Amino acid sequence: MSDVQTTLAHQFEDPDQQHEAASLGMWAFLITEIMFFGGLFAAYTVYRIQYPAAFVTASHLLDYKLGAVNTAVLICSSLTMALAVRAAQLGQRRNLIVFLILTMTLGTTFLGIKAAEYTHKFHERLIPGPNFTPNVSPNREAQLFFLLYYSMTGLHALHMVIGIGVLTWLLVRAVRGHFSHEYYSPVEMSGLYWHFVDIVWIYLFPLLYLVR
Amino acid sequence: MSSPVKLPGQHYLNAAYGIKSWLLTTDHKRIAWLYLASITLFFFVGGFFAVLIRLELMTPQGDLVEAETYNKLFTMHGLFMIFFFLIPSIPAVLGNFLVPMMIGAPDLAFPRLNLASWYIYIAGATLALVAAVTGGVDTGWTFYTPYSSIYSNTNVVLAALGIFITGFSSILTGINFIVTIHKMRAPGLTWFRLPLFIWAHYATSIIMVLGTPVLAVTIVLVAIERIFRIGFFDPALGGDPVLFQHLFWFYSHPAVYIMILPGMGVISELVTCFSRKRIFGYSFVAFSSLAIAVVGFLVWGHHMFVSSQSVYASMIFSILSFVVAVPSAIKVFNWTATLYKGSISLQTPMLYALGFIGLFTIGGMTGLALAALGLDVHVHDTYFVVAHFHYIMVGGMVMAYLGGLHFWWPKMTGRMYPEWWGRLSALIIFVGFNLAFFPQFLLGYLGMPRRYHAYPEEFQVLNVMSSAGASILGIGYLIPMIYFIWSMRYGAQAGPNPWQAKGLEWQTPSPPPTENFPITPVVTEDAYAYSQEEAAVV
Ligand code: HEM
Ligand SMILES: [Cu+2]
Repeated sequence: MSDVQTTLAHQFEDPDQQHEAASLGMWAFLITEIMFFGGLFAAYTVYRIQYPAAFVTASHLLDYKLGAVNTAVLICSSLTMALAVRAAQLGQRRNLIVFLILTMTLGTTFLGIKAAEYTHKFHERLIPGPNFTPNVSPNREAQLFFLLYYSMTGLHALHMVIGIGVLTWLLVRAVRGHFSHEYYSPVEMSGLYWHFVDIVWIYLFPLLYLVR
Repeated sequence: MSSPVKLPGQHYLNAAYGIKSWLLTTDHKRIAWLYLASITLFFFVGGFFAVLIRLELMTPQGDLVEAETYNKLFTMHGLFMIFFFLIPSIPAVLGNFLVPMMIGAPDLAFPRLNLASWYIYIAGATLALVAAVTGGVDTGWTFYTPYSSIYSNTNVVLAALGIFITGFSSILTGINFIVTIHKMRAPGLTWFRLPLFIWAHYATSIIMVLGTPVLAVTIVLVAIERIFRIGFFDPALGGDPVLFQHLFWFYSHPAVYIMILPGMGVISELVTCFSRKRIFGYSFVAFSSLAIAVVGFLVWGHHMFVSSQSVYASMIFSILSFVVAVPSAIKVFNWTATLYKGSISLQTPMLYALGFIGLFTIGGMTGLALAALGLDVHVHDTYFVVAHFHYIMVGGMVMAYLGGLHFWWPKMTGRMYPEWWGRLSALIIFVGFNLAFFPQFLLGYLGMPRRYHAYPEEFQVLNVMSSAGASILGIGYLIPMIYFIWSMRYGAQAGPNPWQAKGLEWQTPSPPPTENFPITPVVTEDAYAYSQEEAAVV
């Protein structure tokens, strides 16, 4: 029990209470995240309805193959993350470390592909603003599409970066042997966050890449 | 004339010394003090701007400041009062102190997160303050686009960033409360034994968690439009300015309930304690908080009756706004029924509570007037609106905050404040408040628009009355500041339960020990088990 003693915060009676509090807290946080992205989804819906033709044209300028690859990458990372949580629950330290590293690698791959996509768009001058020069009409509405594209995928990418940061912290703790089959809340909570970020992408991909 | 000190030997205030023991504390009671100090500061910052506004409006010509400066004054006044005073005031100060105490827990579920919330709040407020002194913002606290996103050449991005950051403080506090209330109640403390203060904070936290992120993302969009000059909201760039209003009010209408619900929670506590009666219709009061939280999300369109929104939408929003008034009315009814035949003692907190009920009722009734579509079109953006929201926010929330502060002050410090001065200041505030804001109803009805720095001669008498009332109100606010500080050193010792009140927070010494309760309490009775026979000892 000495392990448990060191990881039980003073305000809790027992590890169960601590674990339940952490998971309720995480769920509440994820609800705020849904509302956060929800504002952008609302904006997307409004403009999509207002300018359907422009949105279709503009979405053709995105490379849906890269988007699809990224979707696959993220789904794999969700799987490895789930395996990491499982390993933590079973107290398998080595497996936990391996799966965390795998998840981080997949996350980084996703960001790499995203960065390549952004660069590509920069070169094609698909950046809303005075220099926006694709030969699409109506130009103004297409800019709005791209504004939403950058805002939504950018916010999503920011979440990925934060997620990778969190995984790094977990990895350090895992290497130091902080987790056991009695104490694994942080891994589980980070897993929830990671899955959430994946799910957001599952919505973003069809909305942005496949609207036609 | 210092009285002999017989406070408990060891308590949370003397458990550790030094500035670091405060700035790095994770004790919710100390964090409440950090908030109390900073929120008071920002209240006076906001008040300073109010003074300048009222000085300007003493005369019909714009002789103190020009139009532009005036725009900055009311913007900064609104920003500071709303985001840095009203929204955090009761939850962050009284809620922080009391939520764990009232449910018999040693602390909030996430103490370090709680401290982080305070730092986030300070960071946001500091940015807004920097925005204020390095040029100011002139968009009004509502940041309406496209003025705020394209045309205004003031510090909009910086102020918006400040508010964005502060939003996270509110979200984290909300999460902390929700988890604490769910998971950390003492044995025997079922949901329907919870104090109504806790119910109110629970409902408020739900709004914080659901609403604040929408405001955050809206503000980000404004900043993007401003920095990159590409448009979400500017019609010239293809955007839709009304979309901004939808997103903004989706948060900001519920936000008025973030501001008033905790106040209602405080009033429920005060009314039962000082009439020595169990609150009338406990579960109605509890559920009305939740109802307000839910229905409050459906009425944002009543701010947009004149924004080109369709007539049908306006009609629906108008009807829903009447619906949301019902739970508020239920509360007023229940408080009144509690007072009826109670053995009432008019201590300072009770005076504030009675003031609240009166002023909130006026504010609420005029709110109904505004929710009525036709009437709103007449008084929209006039002083009628200004008077209405001051009755709710200042007459309601600030009264509740002060009442609560007086009620729990003995718990927080272990000492009493001078009762005579307390009653006097409550009276001064009530009189000053009504003199300051009642004339504004008349002004608005007569057609004086809000946000103008000059006005036709005929409005001067009422404006002078309002400014005079504001000065009296200002004095009323200063007096408690002075005697509270005095009482920390010289006040009579309070003992654990100076009001003979029910509730767990009164069953531990004042000031409480760091762990709140020497042994975890077990709850065996419903809330407010007052019996009138043991009538007020106080
Ligand atoms: C001494 C007390 C106060 C006085 C004399 C005062 C006066 C005023 C005045 C004259 C306006 C300008 C209205 C306009 O031209 O549109 C105003 C606006 C406002 N006040 Fe106060 N006020 C006081 C206290 C407060 C407090 C305590 C709060 C909040 C807790 C508050 C919140 C607001 C808000 C939100 C606005 C709207 C700002 C805007 O139009 O952008 N006021 N106040
Ligand atoms: Cu409203």
